[in-house]
Amino acid sequence: MTFSYYPGCTLKTKAVALDEYARRSMEALGITLEEIPEWQCCGGVYISAKDEIASKLSSVRALMASRDAGRELVTLCSACHNVLKQVNSDIANDAEMQMKVNNYMAPEVPYTGETTVLHLLEVLRDRIGWDELARRVKNPLTGRKIGGYYGCLLLRPGKVMQMDDPENPKILEDFIRAIGATPVIYAERNECCGGYVTMEDPAFAKKRGNSVLANAADMGADLLVTACPLCLYNLTHNQGEGSLPVCYFTELLAEALGVK
Amino acid sequence: MNTKNNVVKEVERMTGVNLRKCMKCGKCSATCPAYDEMEYHPHQFVYMVEKGDVEKLANSSSVYKCLSCMACIERCPRGVEPAKVVEAVRLLQIRKQGMNHLTPDAVPAMLNDELPQQAIVSAFRKYSK
Repeated sequence: MTFSYYPGCTLKTKAVALDEYARRSMEALGITLEEIPEWQCCGGVYISAKDEIASKLSSVRALMASRDAGRELVTLCSACHNVLKQVNSDIANDAEMQMKVNNYMAPEVPYTGETTVLHLLEVLRDRIGWDELARRVKNPLTGRKIGGYYGCLLLRPGKVMQMDDPENPKILEDFIRAIGATPVIYAERNECCGGYVTMEDPAFAKKRGNSVLANAADMGADLLVTACPLCLYNLTHNQGEGSLPVCYFTELLAEALGVK
Repeated sequence: MNTKNNVVKEVERMTGVNLRKCMKCGKCSATCPAYDEMEYHPHQFVYMVEKGDVEKLANSSSVYKCLSCMACIERCPRGVEPAKVVEAVRLLQIRKQGMNHLTPDAVPAMLNDELPQQAIVSAFRKYSK
């Protein structure tokens, strides 16, 4: 299986581990991730206003490149995934947005939102399957108690992301089970880490991060996994009363597949 | 001419939100992780914009405390999507001349070795035009 792949800015710099472990793991699973040439930053956050068009065009370019390659588009960073899926949904469902984007970009073939965007977790669940993944595991992470941290961008808005039940998700828990570890459910697994507000109000981000970490530790987690570089930063940089190691889910995947 | 009525219409046009669907249950504010940091809370954005009372909101730091986590969007029993209203008010403010909330000069002091690029581009998207 071959997919178009959109890594995003942070995976080339501060979050190289998220990207590198994913590439190694996918190779081990017989999946090719074909990086889109000359992709541009998604902007990190989706702006919901209907009159905000220009800042969404970099996403459209990636979506169109994937459409032209005839492939589904895989993303890994929660933020890129969120932005690309929301922009794609806008173009598919908002006639005015679709018209303005095509008027501006004037592509040979107009873009109408036809690309399928998949998070790497969705590739594991829907294209490989948890049972098959479990069969391919060489080093099961038996006995490790791991909390999946969804944050906000992976699941919301549920209507658009359509990845999992936004209030009672299980994709990360199923992943944790497939690699042989034990998932830990905790209330704050889908509450915000503090996000970009960490830039100008680090004290607020620290409160948020600690609240998540303390809740996960209370419920017995030894480790948290995330798909988002900003979640990883806010949770590791802001440890206080709550304290737990945090890593990318792809690192555990690579470890379980014996390619770390 | 920026009458109160025009501003309400502008927010409705930007967001696609029907403000009159709100039944004032307060669930958006109850679930907001930024509640304690805000002078005006998500439910107040919805009813104050409906009344045309946008200036106080636009000038408040509350618009920059919203984490865009979409908890209020997901959990509103009436599908009002309060975060879209907060975003529209913030955009009305930062789109004014000279009103960018974050400028490049301010960024170096906010950096550290671990801060991911994602945080910087996201903050610019949310705080500047």
